[in-house]
Amino acid sequence: MSGTARIERRRNVQLRLSVNGEDTEVSFAPYKTLLELLREDLGLTGTKHGCELGECGACAVLIDGEPQLSCLKLAIECEGRAVETIEGLARGNALHPLQAAFADHGGSQCGYCTPGVIMTAKALLEREPNPSRDRIREATAGNLCRCTGYQQIVDAIEHAASELRGEAK
Amino acid sequence: MSAPRKRLEVVGKSRRRVDGRAKVLGQLRFADDLQLPRMLHAKLLRSPQPHAVIESIDVQRARAHPGVHLVLTGKDFPVPFGIMPVSQDEYPLAPERVRYVGDPVAAVIARDEQTAGEALELIEVKYRALPTIATPEEALAHPETRIHDYGESGNIHRNQAYEFGDVDEALAHSDHVFDDVFFYEGNTHLPIEQQASLAAIDGEGKLLLSSSTQNPHYLHRQLARVLQMPASQIRVIACSNGGGFGGKCDPGGHEFVVCKAALLLGRPVKIGLTRQEVFYVHRGRHPVLMRLRTGVSQDGRLTAMHLQTLLDGGAYGSHGPAATFYSGVLTPVTYELPRFKFEACRVFTNKPACGPKRGHGTPQPRFGQEIQLDKIAEKLALDPAELRLGMVTRPGSLTASWLRVGTTGLAECIRKVVEMSGWKDKHRKLPAGRGVGIACSTYMCGAGVSIYWNKMPHSGVQLLVDRSGQVTVFCGSTEIGQGSDDVLAAIVAEVLGVDTGVVRCVTGDTAITPVDLGSYSSRVTIMMGNAAVQAAERMREQFAGAVAEQLGTTPERVVFSQGRVFAAEDPGRGMSFAEAVAITESKLGTLSAVGSYTPPKPPGKYKGGGVGPSPAYSFSACVVEVEVDEKTGWIHVPKIWIAHDIGRAINPVLARGQVIGSVYMGLGEALMEEQAFRRLPPKLSGALVHRIPSMLDYKSLTALDMPEVEVALIEDPDPNCPFGAKEVGQGPLLPVMPAVANAIYDAVGVRIDELPITPDKVLAALELKAAGKPPRIGPERFPEVPYPKPMFVLPPWEGGDGNESKMPRPLGVAAS
Ligand code: FES
Ligand code: FES
Repeated sequence: MSGTARIERRRNVQLRLSVNGEDTEVSFAPYKTLLELLREDLGLTGTKHGCELGECGACAVLIDGEPQLSCLKLAIECEGRAVETIEGLARGNALHPLQAAFADHGGSQCGYCTPGVIMTAKALLEREPNPSRDRIREATAGNLCRCTGYQQIVDAIEHAASELRGEAK
Repeated sequence: MSAPRKRLEVVGKSRRRVDGRAKVLGQLRFADDLQLPRMLHAKLLRSPQPHAVIESIDVQRARAHPGVHLVLTGKDFPVPFGIMPVSQDEYPLAPERVRYVGDPVAAVIARDEQTAGEALELIEVKYRALPTIATPEEALAHPETRIHDYGESGNIHRNQAYEFGDVDEALAHSDHVFDDVFFYEGNTHLPIEQQASLAAIDGEGKLLLSSSTQNPHYLHRQLARVLQMPASQIRVIACSNGGGFGGKCDPGGHEFVVCKAALLLGRPVKIGLTRQEVFYVHRGRHPVLMRLRTGVSQDGRLTAMHLQTLLDGGAYGSHGPAATFYSGVLTPVTYELPRFKFEACRVFTNKPACGPKRGHGTPQPRFGQEIQLDKIAEKLALDPAELRLGMVTRPGSLTASWLRVGTTGLAECIRKVVEMSGWKDKHRKLPAGRGVGIACSTYMCGAGVSIYWNKMPHSGVQLLVDRSGQVTVFCGSTEIGQGSDDVLAAIVAEVLGVDTGVVRCVTGDTAITPVDLGSYSSRVTIMMGNAAVQAAERMREQFAGAVAEQLGTTPERVVFSQGRVFAAEDPGRGMSFAEAVAITESKLGTLSAVGSYTPPKPPGKYKGGGVGPSPAYSFSACVVEVEVDEKTGWIHVPKIWIAHDIGRAINPVLARGQVIGSVYMGLGEALMEEQAFRRLPPKLSGALVHRIPSMLDYKSLTALDMPEVEVALIEDPDPNCPFGAKEVGQGPLLPVMPAVANAIYDAVGVRIDELPITPDKVLAALELKAAGKPPRIGPERFPEVPYPKPMFVLPPWEGGDGNESKMPRPLGVAAS
């Protein structure tokens, strides 16, 4: 590759998208993934990474409501899309029921996989408000967690689901 | 002063952990989440050769690449490092020799990661390949290909032997002697967070390293050594770790590199390892080949055991000297064992260094022993649970090797899992293809000695309280996800009678927190906890002395409960905690208290007797149920029951989480996790490489694979532990692997004496069974290992005093 081509590749590009409900305009290096854009250019470090190869699920965010691995998504593909990250979940100072349930029921130990799991669970509960434990396990099978053994993650999602359905005691 | 007894208000109650909110908000800052103005990025060049001499490194082109600020090589680091004083055998960047594929040889510091990565490709390294050692057998057979020029001899890093009572004599008089060889494959921690570090020079010109480390104190010492600067000029902050499991205990080459670069450039320098690099850094479970010769009496009691282990250490020392001890020393803690001989040898091979992983050295011999017990029970026609119940060690007893067993809930654990699992209706009774297996284990609550010899406390805690009523607690302990901050807050809150919400934890910062040795060996709850109890009690004493008069009582009668301070005889009157602080501050001035903890001296006085002793031991018992498809060998685990003797659970929801997480990791080791290597074909260099260093190839359990786990916490408070709380982070992993193996035997009658137990091994064993051959897959023989002459120590009941003594029977005279 010639020197000029290399400099061209470094030239920032401009992108507009919605991040956690806010219109956002950002200038960034075009080779970046959505993960890198969020963490490095937008300062949203709540989204984590464990491989950057699509293997661990730590980087899951919602794009137009769909759970996606942000490490496999080029940022420039996100023009005009709506991206939701863990930072956009709480309402004011109040935790989202999923966040509260993870904190209270042991769903988060080191907390590193947590943002990815919670975003995946959010997409599940929006589609299926009353999933079985097996269904929860299936939906989160792409999110590796080395700490919890998953059981308390499933507990937390069940609790949050019942809270969201308005059944919580 | 002992305060009036009150019911526990914080300890023992399930609560949201103190760092829970920040985690679910994505607000907690892990090392790689940190960014500083003018920050540069580092990347490492790693060796593609498993064993080679570096003939030359040319960095000219890399240095000239636009955006590159600095290139470092081995020449920049003349001083080696190593977590243990006896194994300082590693350089941040290899100067002359590389010893495994992945050994770092150069570093580029550039304006961004992309540029640093490009420049790495411009570095030219000339290697002269050396013969490679792939296995311990090769290491022993080829002493002339020396990987290191230190150690015992050839490629033997550590070699040791102990004999507690005349084992051969006891075996000769036993009704039965069982002689089995087992193999435990290596595996890795796989924390979801890859290691990251950020070094910067602060306003005062001092070095600040923020890093994903489990042991900031040891790292601090190593930085001072390698960078050759005073420790007082270095500050290490352990960021919350995104999982550790032992993988972030050793200092890493990358940590020295970013520090050196920041010192040279005067700018912040960050590095984040890729997943591939995390596999290279490794420090995981040692592959261990072991042989157990165990004598048993007809009524099912152990008479003696001779345990031999051979550890594949990989390319560097790491925690190897400790791991070598741990491949045997805890073996006698679970069951009464009158005599014990233990020989262990760790060799170097050209693979990533092995180190401490959850259970550190102890899961391997436990795997062998607990399977062997299953074989013993079958031979003696005893129920395996009853066999174990009949020989558990007694509370307060000594082992043949002079370890003091404190409280033990092992019998209770066994009874509990037997009951929960319906063992009696299942074992040897389930239909073909289904089975249950049981196994037990123990783990220490903190190593009795520090990694470097010293007489100072293992943990220190400082408390500051002021008129606002806020309590700030400082401790060098490190939050790696296990909940150590929560334990700290809970203990302080309990003693001071306040809610954890008013306690602020400041931890893992060598500049502002008292030394705590780190998050390893399941030491934190006990050691930090005891230091915290002492600090908080001293603080409470100051309050009680200051407010007693106003409350119309004596200091001993002052009660601290639910944010209030009052006289025991008149709970209705009294004051808020903040008022009590204000009164005390007016009387005594600014308020502070410190506490510290040093473990008791071990009873064994022989050389080497310092590894194994602990203030307390936890115990676990586990039953696993399996379904084995005889056509495919596929193993399905529908359910696991586990009982863990925890002394007392500080926060039950977290304690249960540690148990389930341990079971998960153990089940992965049992069924699939393996750090496996292969040799490339000769035309591709013949190098020894990872099969594939990625999360796809390194199989671990997903949410779908993981069965439901039923947990029982056995609570019998231990007097050496804070509020009686023992460890829970490692012990519950240990019984899982042998319980799986035993369950498979119960299901289909085949013995798989090695890990992981994969469907192909089950199928191969089933084929042997069908052919009428011994239905067993596992190592056939244990190699000749040149162990040294054992140090002989008489057991307590044979008149020993804990020192080395003379073997009663001259060596070489056969036991009669
Ligand atoms: S970072 Fe692992 S899947 Fe994206
Ligand atoms: S909580 Fe640590 S990886 Fe899931």
